[in-house]
Amino acid sequence: MLSTLRAFGEWLAMTSLSNTIQNVAWIIPTIQTIHIVCVAIVISATFLVDLRILGMFARSQTLASLSDRFLTWIWWALIVLLVTGSLLITGEPGRSITNPAFFAKMIMLVIVAALTYVLQRPLATDAGYWDGDRAAAAKGIAIVSLLLWSCIVFAGRWIAYVTAL
Amino acid sequence: MESSIFQWVYDLPIAEHIRANELAFPWLESIHVLAITLVLGSIAVADLRLLGWASVKRPVSQVLHEVLPVTWVAFAVALVTGLLMFTSNAVEYAHNKPFQFKMLLLLLAGLNMLVFQFVTFRTVGTWNDAVRTPPGARFAGAASLVCWIGVVAFGRWIGFTIGF
Repeated sequence: MLSTLRAFGEWLAMTSLSNTIQNVAWIIPTIQTIHIVCVAIVISATFLVDLRILGMFARSQTLASLSDRFLTWIWWALIVLLVTGSLLITGEPGRSITNPAFFAKMIMLVIVAALTYVLQRPLATDAGYWDGDRAAAAKGIAIVSLLLWSCIVFAGRWIAYVTAL
Repeated sequence: MESSIFQWVYDLPIAEHIRANELAFPWLESIHVLAITLVLGSIAVADLRLLGWASVKRPVSQVLHEVLPVTWVAFAVALVTGLLMFTSNAVEYAHNKPFQFKMLLLLLAGLNMLVFQFVTFRTVGTWNDAVRTPPGARFAGAASLVCWIGVVAFGRWIGFTIGF
């Protein structure tokens, strides 16, 4: 598995796209900036909805309309994040593809994206879905979501500090 | 004279401590990034309402009142972690061009907010529910977005131009 990834990284590093990203100085900082702006959208949208569930934000608005107002943005931002993230990997495959911080980031991302979908989906047809009996479950999801999204940002920064395998 | 102030900051015990502990900087940086993404995202909610592009069913004053406390808490965290990182390499940061531009944009963002708060916002009663806000409010929203995205861009650039 690891050797396959390493071989893939070596092949990727020799592509002309990778060479361009490596050799033109402004490309990586620019892609990273776009990446961080999209992280800002995802983090803020999910945090505000999670804080609403925990009763710390916009209590005057229902969870369903808040979810409609914010969570719809994150799926578009996630698409841009996948594209910019893939370009960053293409530019420095040796640094990222076999990096434990990168693995951790991707695993947490899959889990929290699924959780966010589970939270958002029922609200589209039943605005009161997370009220009453399910309120405690919603609070649990909100806390896990806050923690996982924070850890994803941390793991992203730690790719620069953790040595690739 | 100017350099000696930054040298004094560099020599502070806290700066020594951050330099000596190799995990300190990555942790400060991680928290700083998380805080700044929250600053940018939450202030964008306010800016996009001022521009009439989002949250338009809600009154301007309510959107600002709800979201800006989140922005301020996140900004406080970004400020503290940013100052701590600054101390660890004060002289070099102070002379780093992207860092200087970032500080300039922060200053402009602050001025923009002051003008909005004390001039433009005073008449909010007449346009609180409007989708299309007055030119001054739209300008404030656009300027804020540009400044904060610039803060992120120059902030990222610092990392490529500072040598440890």
